[in-house]
Amino acid sequence: MKKNKNFHKILRQPNLLVGGFITLFIIMVAIFAPALAPFDPVNDADLMVSETPPGAPYYLGTDIQGRDILSRVIYGARVSLAVGLVSQTLNTIIGVLLGLSAGFFGGWWDDLVMGLTNVMLSIPALVFALAIMALLGPGLINVFIAMGFTNWSFSCRITRSQALSAKNLDYVKAARALGYGRIRRMFTQVLPNIIGPILIISTLGVAWAILLEAALSFLGLGVQPPTPSWGAMLSTAREQLFTAPWISIFPGIAIFITVLGLNLLGDGLRDILDPYTQTQNI
Amino acid sequence: MFGYAVRRLLQFIPTILAISLIIFVLLNVLPGNAALMTRGAQDTGTLTTQDIEEMKKEWGLDKPLWYRYAVYLKGLATADLGNSFLRHEPVSQLLKHRIWPTLKLALFAMLIAICLGVFLGFYSALRQGRIADTVTMIGAVSGVSIPQFWLGLLLMYFISVKLHLLPPQGYGDGNLTHIILPAFTLGIGYVALLARTTRAAVVEILTLDYIRTARSKGLSQLLINYKHVMRNALILILTTVGLQFGDVMAQTVIVEKLFSWPGIGSLLVDSIFQRDIPVTQGCILVIILTFLMVNLIVDLLYGVIDPRIRASYK
Repeated sequence: MKKNKNFHKILRQPNLLVGGFITLFIIMVAIFAPALAPFDPVNDADLMVSETPPGAPYYLGTDIQGRDILSRVIYGARVSLAVGLVSQTLNTIIGVLLGLSAGFFGGWWDDLVMGLTNVMLSIPALVFALAIMALLGPGLINVFIAMGFTNWSFSCRITRSQALSAKNLDYVKAARALGYGRIRRMFTQVLPNIIGPILIISTLGVAWAILLEAALSFLGLGVQPPTPSWGAMLSTAREQLFTAPWISIFPGIAIFITVLGLNLLGDGLRDILDPYTQTQNI
Repeated sequence: MFGYAVRRLLQFIPTILAISLIIFVLLNVLPGNAALMTRGAQDTGTLTTQDIEEMKKEWGLDKPLWYRYAVYLKGLATADLGNSFLRHEPVSQLLKHRIWPTLKLALFAMLIAICLGVFLGFYSALRQGRIADTVTMIGAVSGVSIPQFWLGLLLMYFISVKLHLLPPQGYGDGNLTHIILPAFTLGIGYVALLARTTRAAVVEILTLDYIRTARSKGLSQLLINYKHVMRNALILILTTVGLQFGDVMAQTVIVEKLFSWPGIGSLLVDSIFQRDIPVTQGCILVIILTFLMVNLIVDLLYGVIDPRIRASYK
């Protein structure tokens, strides 16, 4: 019966439905990119058809090197999703581990983690990512690293506050009475109960990471050509804005739709999972 | 209140120490790189190992990391940020010329964001559940999702290239026409964010008891909105503005690069490519300091808006 109620709740959330649909669509595009793309995104470069306006067989036109933009946009979904998922997973793991342990162990460890979190919060994410990219140099793997270490402070703070309050709840105390150790209580009793907020933050974090990757690649400090990244495509498109504006349009639409889908999904999840805003919808 | 401000300023010191340490280690952990890249890039063939060693010595790069950090900190205390590897100019001088355009851009963008965002959020909250509300909120979630530099490219194309209404890029002589496009590009995401925050705040305030009281004693809706709703929503709006300002400062990096705006952001990107580490460090520090200062100002403004908070400054 409860399941049925939840299902109806989901159906009444347009955000969740539309966001989930868009996200699923982008994931499908990324997975089936080789089957969907009419051309190879990197190797099918033909200078004879450079800067062809949209029209068959190049439905979204070609770039300056004569590569099919549609194919590059399709393959770009892989780069964006990979960056979003990998870096956000890293952020979530770091944030949750630090937050849980800080809330649970307290003492000097808590002070240290909170101090570090506050410092991280006062460094704008883009600036920190730029500093790491300056250290490591451009490239896809380095983007994973740079962004995987920049955005953990939110999940850390939320996890910590939840761990702090959960520490004294009856069921956690009961687990203690049963002889569960601190680590086991942390992971089996507290963690499962904060999956909701972490899921919301992570979904929004993936959207944020995709935007940030696009920005870094746009600046030339992210994913390097010829890898088809939406941000990098826009970076080169700027020079052809006057002669071939279509190069600037489609990668941007792709970023916009993907991020919009994830943001809607995150908002929808919040409406369902967050008890505070839930009351407003009753 | 004055004492509170001074105490807050003193709290900056450990924060800045921690930040400068993190940034310094991040940027300097690779040995020798800077010396090799600076003049080495110009004539790679003629450089011998001895030249490189001499250059390292000239810039103090032969010393251990902790020593260099200590020297850097000593300079920092007197606002000396070192010298640019490439430009042979003190970093503080470079930053001095660049800070004003960046601040101008960030403040303009924030102004657009506050005026438009608060208005839209308020309007949306008063029209809760109606079409105007839905449209505004769809617009807001779209605004948060749009990549700024792409929006900037589109604006550049349609407004400057097609319609010839505004100059496509550059600082010009600092007049208004040049700042409109970059400021709008930078501000649009925050318009959306502030619209959402304001709507949420106003929706909640409208359900509170003191609003009902105000209504029941016969105050006009306009007066209620202005005196009760707006004033109470301001705290949340102000907090959002303060927290987002660091982000705005950081995003100037992208917008400045796109519009060839001669500010801190474009200097930061250039210095990263040139591996001009003292300049990179200086830019990052200035961005973060501005962010901290803005948050201090926001904190002090709380006291101006809310007498309850003012009473707690002791």
